[in-house]
Amino acid sequence: MIRQSFFERNLRYLFPLPAVIFVVVLMVFPVCYTFFLSFTDWSLTSGKPLNVVALKSYVDVLKEPRFLDALGRTFYFTFGAVIVEMVLGTALALILNRSFRGKGLVKTLLLLPLVATPVAIGIVWNLFYDPTIGILNYVLSVLHLPQSGWVSETKSVMPSLILVDIWQWTPMITIIVLAGLAGLSSEPYESAKVDGANSRQVLFRITLPMLMPTILTAIILRAIDALKTYDIIYAMTGGGPGYSSENLNILAFKYSFEYFRMGQSAVMLVFLFLVVMGFSLGVMRLRRAFEL
Amino acid sequence: MKKKNMFVVLLVMLCLTGSVFAQGAVEQPKQEIRVLLANHPYGELLKTKIPEFEAQTGIKVNYESLQESQLTNKLTTEFATNSSTVDVFMTRPLQEGLMFIKNGWYKGLDKYDFSDYPANSVDIGRKAGVAYIVPLVTEWQVLYYRKDLLKKAGLSVPTNFVELEAAAKALTKDGVAGFASRGKGAAAVTQLSSYIYNYGGRYLDGGKAVFNSPEALEATRFYGRMLGSYGPQGVTSMSWENIMPVFQAGKAAMWTDASVFYGQIIDPTKTQIPAEDIGIAQLPKGPKGDSPFIVVSWGMAMSAKTKNQDAAQKFLDWATSKTLAKEGMLTNITMARDSAWADKDVRAIMNPGLVETQAHAAKNGYPFDRPFMSSVGQARDLIGEVIIESINTKGTSTKLPALAAEKAKAVDELLKTDGEYGL
Repeated sequence: MIRQSFFERNLRYLFPLPAVIFVVVLMVFPVCYTFFLSFTDWSLTSGKPLNVVALKSYVDVLKEPRFLDALGRTFYFTFGAVIVEMVLGTALALILNRSFRGKGLVKTLLLLPLVATPVAIGIVWNLFYDPTIGILNYVLSVLHLPQSGWVSETKSVMPSLILVDIWQWTPMITIIVLAGLAGLSSEPYESAKVDGANSRQVLFRITLPMLMPTILTAIILRAIDALKTYDIIYAMTGGGPGYSSENLNILAFKYSFEYFRMGQSAVMLVFLFLVVMGFSLGVMRLRRAFEL
Repeated sequence: MKKKNMFVVLLVMLCLTGSVFAQGAVEQPKQEIRVLLANHPYGELLKTKIPEFEAQTGIKVNYESLQESQLTNKLTTEFATNSSTVDVFMTRPLQEGLMFIKNGWYKGLDKYDFSDYPANSVDIGRKAGVAYIVPLVTEWQVLYYRKDLLKKAGLSVPTNFVELEAAAKALTKDGVAGFASRGKGAAAVTQLSSYIYNYGGRYLDGGKAVFNSPEALEATRFYGRMLGSYGPQGVTSMSWENIMPVFQAGKAAMWTDASVFYGQIIDPTKTQIPAEDIGIAQLPKGPKGDSPFIVVSWGMAMSAKTKNQDAAQKFLDWATSKTLAKEGMLTNITMARDSAWADKDVRAIMNPGLVETQAHAAKNGYPFDRPFMSSVGQARDLIGEVIIESINTKGTSTKLPALAAEKAKAVDELLKTDGEYGL
């Protein structure tokens, strides 16, 4: 019998070890610690050590109207942005899937919003949106159309933020769907041609159903991201005017780093975690139910 | 064979942990300190001077420069998790002072000579007889205005709120807002403060929230009416960083804010208005008072956990020295030291508008521009809701008294939670 060395016998544990340590230290531990904090009243402004108070922080948070508003806004932002992005992104992908001159250039241009940093995007869009010196209101005034307050008014701030998200993330959907389109087999199309299907029938009966798994994956990816949106909103409005663009992430940030109420902030993050988790599981179940 | 392998594994682990802990274990040949500075003109000045300090003392200074709210976040996170290696830092006494003192994060400065500072500026950072913060920079509220526009309209500089409103009304035309001031909820709290004082009100009195008093409400209504009627579009989402470009682009005729922005609005590389058309005046009087805020906006402090106390003390003494205070004044930074204001060289070049408004504020002003409490961040958001309601309704909201009472109650609750109620 050949004696194996320690390394050889334990390779299957040793190789994944760095990744496991990484995940435990940087993901599992923070999540567990957040759960723990949510059962405490840790607040830096009181100058007292933390106490375990069971569900008191949960009760406080659920009584706070700002929390429920932020929860609603999180969904509003996510659905508003993701639905439009899916429709636009898929349509763009179908257009780009044909061959035409300058296709490479168009694809490259489409990628630009994706690679820009969120804070830079926020600053530039804030300049566009500025009600007094911004270009959007200038264009509206030239066209004799009523001007808008964009991100500076309560009623228009969420649609304006959603618009920025759509501008930034539609290309990602396009790219995912394009990849899906490239992987479709040509046989159904050939038989459809033989059967005399028109182009609308081909689109709705063949292309879109076959793309469904790809589209659902894109929805999951995008929706998880949109539920957790932080950077764009923080850079553009910081949750304002007033509280009118606060989503859960922004609210939790304010509670922890502006109000220093770590316990209540942890509760909000636990809810956000549950929302994201629930949504992902829901879509995955949906996918299985339709056997996609 | 097996033993040898085990030995190798142990050795590798030792090397890894060794490098992690090396920083703490190995004796430094040279003294080193870590300093956190704010993205403030004085922080910028210090950065250019630090090499001189290093050459004089042989102490190496590792500094980081952060935007003000990020500075608070970073300090708080490091101190709260007990993992801080910060030795000296810039700090905002009114924003975080109470919380930091309460948590024992500042080191007491029993050896520091405070005789060159106004007493009330040191008192803000003092508890139980121990001072924790060296005042660095003071700010007070002023009125910036466009001389040319006022002249064209045949108006003189407003000296009271009635004239201020009349001027704002007359100057609001041709796409120019007659009046601007911060309208973004929490950010507006500091600017509304002087209006409240001039109407005879306060945010807190005896450790209780009183911003729902008739005087404070009247001030809030006036502020809301001014901004709602004559302010720039979208003012409820505007802090100073949004208003300054509007003023610099010539789209606002008058602007009340802190004195610290004067240098930037007369800087020809940043503004489209010629410097001679921009005036600075003291905040107009109110019906019941003439006391703009004058506050220590920045101070410097030492961490209670510093391991390099001597070096940190040396740096603190140097960074808050008379010499550097004078240098600051010469670049239009309004320093807290009395001697810096009395200096002949300084008086020769300092803008007379700044000198006059400072003298007025130092004599009549009130040393707070926000509710002075540990939970100031949350309290500002709560008061901000009242301000926004007032602006959105041009000061006419019938809900305002009830809303203010509700928010005052919420602020009282915060004071109670933090053990500061009635103190």
